[in-house]
Amino acid sequence: MTANSLADIAAIIGGPVIVGVVGTLFALLYLGIDRKLVAHMQARVGPPIVQPFRDVRKLLMKESIIPDGSLSWLFRAAPILCLVGSAILFLYIPIFGQKALFESFGDAIVLLYLLVIPSLALVVAGFASSSPYATVGAQREMVIMMSYEFPLAMTIVAIGWRTSYVTGTNPFALSTIAANPIWNIVGPAGVVGTLMLLFVLLMVTPGEVGKIPFDVAEAETEIAGGLLVEYSGRNLALFYIASAIRAFAMSSLIIALFIPYNLSPLVGIGTPVLAGIVDGLFFLVKVFVVMFVCIMLIRAAMARFKIDQASKVYVVAMSLVSLVGLILIWADTVV
Amino acid sequence: MAVDETKTRYTIPVGPIHPALKEPIRLDLSIDGEEIVDVDVVVGQVHRGIEWLGMNRNNPIQNIYLAERVCGICNICHPFAYVMAVEQAMGITPPERAEYIRVIIAEMERIHSHLLWAGVAAHEIGFDSVFYFVWRVREEIMDLIEYVTGNRITKAMFQIGGVRRDVTEEQFPRIRQSLDYYKSIFDQLKTLFLDDKTIRMRTKNVGILKTEDALKLLAVGPTGRASGVPKDVRQDQPYGGYADLDIKAITPDMLTGTVVGDVYDRIIVRLLEVKQAVEIIEQCLEKMPPGPILAQPKIAVLLKTLTQAEGEGIGRAEAPRGEVVHYVRLEAGRETLSTWKIRAPTYVNLMSIPTILKGGQIADVPIAFASIDPCMSCTNRAIVVDSKTKNTSLLSYRELHELSVEKTKRLEAEFDS
Repeated sequence: MTANSLADIAAIIGGPVIVGVVGTLFALLYLGIDRKLVAHMQARVGPPIVQPFRDVRKLLMKESIIPDGSLSWLFRAAPILCLVGSAILFLYIPIFGQKALFESFGDAIVLLYLLVIPSLALVVAGFASSSPYATVGAQREMVIMMSYEFPLAMTIVAIGWRTSYVTGTNPFALSTIAANPIWNIVGPAGVVGTLMLLFVLLMVTPGEVGKIPFDVAEAETEIAGGLLVEYSGRNLALFYIASAIRAFAMSSLIIALFIPYNLSPLVGIGTPVLAGIVDGLFFLVKVFVVMFVCIMLIRAAMARFKIDQASKVYVVAMSLVSLVGLILIWADTVV
Repeated sequence: MAVDETKTRYTIPVGPIHPALKEPIRLDLSIDGEEIVDVDVVVGQVHRGIEWLGMNRNNPIQNIYLAERVCGICNICHPFAYVMAVEQAMGITPPERAEYIRVIIAEMERIHSHLLWAGVAAHEIGFDSVFYFVWRVREEIMDLIEYVTGNRITKAMFQIGGVRRDVTEEQFPRIRQSLDYYKSIFDQLKTLFLDDKTIRMRTKNVGILKTEDALKLLAVGPTGRASGVPKDVRQDQPYGGYADLDIKAITPDMLTGTVVGDVYDRIIVRLLEVKQAVEIIEQCLEKMPPGPILAQPKIAVLLKTLTQAEGEGIGRAEAPRGEVVHYVRLEAGRETLSTWKIRAPTYVNLMSIPTILKGGQIADVPIAFASIDPCMSCTNRAIVVDSKTKNTSLLSYRELHELSVEKTKRLEAEFDS
């Protein structure tokens, strides 16, 4: 075996680990910022920004209780599945202004499937707990998942399809979308359409990551934490981290699709290291803005929907908006 | 998880310990998908033997402070009803100024209780920003209560035949300042609770109690009034200073023109009652006559009279949650009460719970249940029902104690084996 192939293997194993760890650290940090800012919006002092790290540390020290009636192996497997399913997103979504690590292995369509895995793991966790609260929570998670799936798919497909008009390479690859930002290729009607699609994706995010008003599956005051009601200790910590990752990854996806711009070409920084740092910081600012709009503001300004209301928002309203958005960006190509 | 023969129905126990409940009670919900098919209310988790204490350990004056502790929130209406009952039994009347002070304190309690409820209700539907906002607004009345009575929670204002502390002219500006604050913020609260889209979505046509059901199930307080039953002790049988004031029971049609009887209507009623309470306090400040605040300032004399008195009395007060009734019987030569019976408003309003919840969704349970503003610690009495003979009996302290000892021994034996 040559030294070269050894380095390759090290890169294949080491790369994902580094990306996963760095992504997770920032995801938890952003959860802390989210909690602090929402607290301030609600006129509270709120926890320190590092609180999520402390929470995880505490949960890891606690006992993981497996309820008697549960399907034990599935109950233990679900949190791992959820965390891995969430962390894998970082390998396919470009973060910190860099290309995604597995850019060549998958595109936006793969992401659509990957986004389902953590939700499915949560559903499995709920049913495996065999608690009535968890069962109700799992049913709700399924309903909400099926509801936001269509608008989410619609948005991603619409952008990829529109990109295919201007380029010959795989239009669904996030690097192609980044190279041909959607705003540059559409006309005036298309800009409106793209804005609508952006709006849809912003609305899908709280549903995808289970935040108010779409936190029906956990709904603390109704079903006592829903599908996570039986989880504790290490298992709960894994879900906790996974939830933070999903919020960060969804925001990164919105950025990859709609604001793929980097700062370094604009200000003319030549050296790759410096450009990387500038782009990385710019990426963090973009994530903050997206999270601020679709998670923090909405969370502080709304009450929890009921499951039928939440589902209706996605199935009727958001689907309709995404369809109109699709028609509008299509209209550009005809006129 | 209990699955019955149709297999689509689950039984979900809400309580005795559940995040939606502030006090222990159990609601057994039969669920079909998300819909509630049947509800069983199981009470009896928070019995504290207060009536027994009042009849065996405390003298009637000590009972005032025990009555305050029946419920942390209604710590005015319980002693209010209690002292009225004792006054009726022993035949003394409090001075007029004391009657006015009692009304002022009772209305302050109503403001704080309704605002507390509004915060809890917002939390139940997951709207925590409103919860924090309303409780911040509530701090003003808590500060005022502390300023006037010296305490935030258990105010210790009542005395048989009057009140213990005066509300003086120098205190009026501070009181008016708080009242003005609530008048200035009222429109904001109204917009927040009645116009916000998500609050409307979660409360309109949820937990409906129709007028005829409210009459049949004897709903009291805001629960009954929101269903269009204009029932209010302050209006129907005015007590204390209320007789001098102009009080009308508030029903939701005063604002909207119709009565639906849903959670939204209960919000309207409570919101308008906060405004009404502010107006009542203002009227009291204007009309309050000078004079003494106690009919018998010497406690030793009062106790002596109480020991010698013979008779029975009923005190009824309009608590923030509805009508509270205290019944007492005094026997000559006995230092304690010979009978003390408390009927808290939640006791009657719980009857409406199955009607309110049936047909709704699981998501409606917290807000619909909270909408009657339940107060379990007021309500619980230990009653044993023999399912064969249908006989009901009240357990005495000794029997409860023996049962408790028995169970401890049984558990010990189980642990040992």
